[in-house]
Amino acid sequence: MAALALPVIFPLFMMILLIIFRSRTFARWAGIAGSLALVSISVYLFVRLDRQPVLVLQAGGWEAPFGISLVMDRLSGLMLLVTSILLLAISIYSVSFLGKERYGRVFHIFFFSLSMGVNGAFITGDVFNLYVWFEVMLLSSFVLIALGCSREQLKGSIKYIALNLLGSLLFLAGIGLLYGKTGTLNMAHLAEILRGDNQAHLVSSSAVFFFIAFGIKAALFPFYFWLPASYHTPNITVTSLFAGLLTKVGVYALIRFFTLFFVQDQEFWHNLLLMVAGLTMVLGGMAATSFYETRRILSYHIISQIGYMVMGLGIYTPLGIAGAIYFTMHNMIAKTNTFLVAGVISRMKGSFDLKQVGGLYKQHPFLAFLFIVPAFALAGVPPLSGFFAKFILIKAGIDASRFGIAAVALFTGMLTLYSMIKIWNEAFLKKPPEKGEMVHAPLRPGIFELVPSVILGLVSLLMGILAAPVFEYTMEAARGLLDPSLYIETVLYGGKP
Amino acid sequence: MRTGWNQCNTGLMEIILAILVGVLYTAGVYMLLRRSILKFIIGIIFMSNATNLLVFLAAGIKPGSPAFVDEGATAAGLADPLPQALVLTAIVIGLGIIVFILALKYKFFEATGTDDLDQLKSTEE
Repeated sequence: MAALALPVIFPLFMMILLIIFRSRTFARWAGIAGSLALVSISVYLFVRLDRQPVLVLQAGGWEAPFGISLVMDRLSGLMLLVTSILLLAISIYSVSFLGKERYGRVFHIFFFSLSMGVNGAFITGDVFNLYVWFEVMLLSSFVLIALGCSREQLKGSIKYIALNLLGSLLFLAGIGLLYGKTGTLNMAHLAEILRGDNQAHLVSSSAVFFFIAFGIKAALFPFYFWLPASYHTPNITVTSLFAGLLTKVGVYALIRFFTLFFVQDQEFWHNLLLMVAGLTMVLGGMAATSFYETRRILSYHIISQIGYMVMGLGIYTPLGIAGAIYFTMHNMIAKTNTFLVAGVISRMKGSFDLKQVGGLYKQHPFLAFLFIVPAFALAGVPPLSGFFAKFILIKAGIDASRFGIAAVALFTGMLTLYSMIKIWNEAFLKKPPEKGEMVHAPLRPGIFELVPSVILGLVSLLMGILAAPVFEYTMEAARGLLDPSLYIETVLYGGKP
Repeated sequence: MRTGWNQCNTGLMEIILAILVGVLYTAGVYMLLRRSILKFIIGIIFMSNATNLLVFLAAGIKPGSPAFVDEGATAAGLADPLPQALVLTAIVIGLGIIVFILALKYKFFEATGTDDLDQLKSTEE
């Protein structure tokens, strides 16, 4: 299945092209064309997944536990698909938001290297390889967050880098201990060794390292401080890119590790995950209510919603995991979309501060509509995607008698609704403030600013309207995660029992 | 005789390396908690070296045996080459990151004229 390498190889190829051809116009169009190609690659792989639920590529022809395996199951397929749609939207958006900046070309180079890292993390079947993809992703994000080198940005990026580097070091330490105990780093092989081994609790020390490392990447409760300290500083295109992808890779890794091979000592881990999830949700949601800057409100919301995804993992029933996957997909789309619209608002009004904007509903009703779709999707209003995502999670919580976390999730939903209504009221309904004279004449957002939001809004809407088939698919993915015998067999023995 | 000497050697080496890893982590954490950004970077270097040694040590050290052998050799006389490959990769990645943060620190100093992490609080307000 050589095509499995494409989501990683293709961005690399685009990077090389962008380094050779130094024109900014070329970079812009190459960004869009490359993202389109990535969408078609992931759609192709996604369709292939129908015939064969686990696709495997043994890199370099080395047999499974010895070489690096690239593995794609339904979870990876969904993640790749959503990622490529996000990348497409952001590449279109960057045309107008980065087009005139002198670092536009650099953005596109690291845009592709980031997508290479993210795609690689989603399809790798090897723990050390995952570490390498995390580093690829991390270094690209370091460059992207510091692009432009303004004072604020440099301050933000130092905080961002500090905690994320610590996370990588812990990840590597965990890998070392895990290898020392099991002698393998292939995920399927690890699963074969650790599942059903009665001494598997001995790897709990490595599991703690991984939990903290991914917790830092995913911005979970005690480790989230880097996110709100840095996400409001870079160009809004970069923030949207990060908001949609980075933390979700952490969540993906948590789901993968804690369903595939860290399945020992379940009671302890699931209670811990649920507790952390609840605190993440509530604290993120409450912090968001206290701000009047759209990017800060939305940044705290990223944290709050990571809680929901981890909650699904902590419930650990097929329904719970399916909810987590559904929620992750919905959140990647809707969250990025709110950031994109926030960027357009600041473009039109010259500020991200809600106190200085207003009256946008009259000025541009279509933009108001574009905002209300992701905002209500995040808040969980039917028939948009967020309603079903939250419904599945809360139902899974009640079914599994985890009433506490279900109540917390419902409560946080209200906090989210409150924040979204605050942005809506302040930016769209309120009369524009009188003394806050506009810095420049109001711009009419052009096609490059609106099309990305239209694409993502449509996806949110479709995920809500077609909730049944999407849910069925995530349910299949969740069953595959909870019973990974097919995954293990396909990776280790090429599908032959 | 030779194997006995090797075993004794391995035990000693493991203890020495374990202590070294501990010392490096301690020094790294201490440096991370200082206020200066440069000291923070030094702390990261210490911790990344400590982590590399930890990976190397946790995978088991085996003196006097080759990692690459001719066909037909048994596994017992082999050293595991994988941890060395892992550590090598990690060292290269670490180098790249250190170079990047040093450059960033320089830019930061140019823009703000300070090396004090306490000055960073102001963005939080």
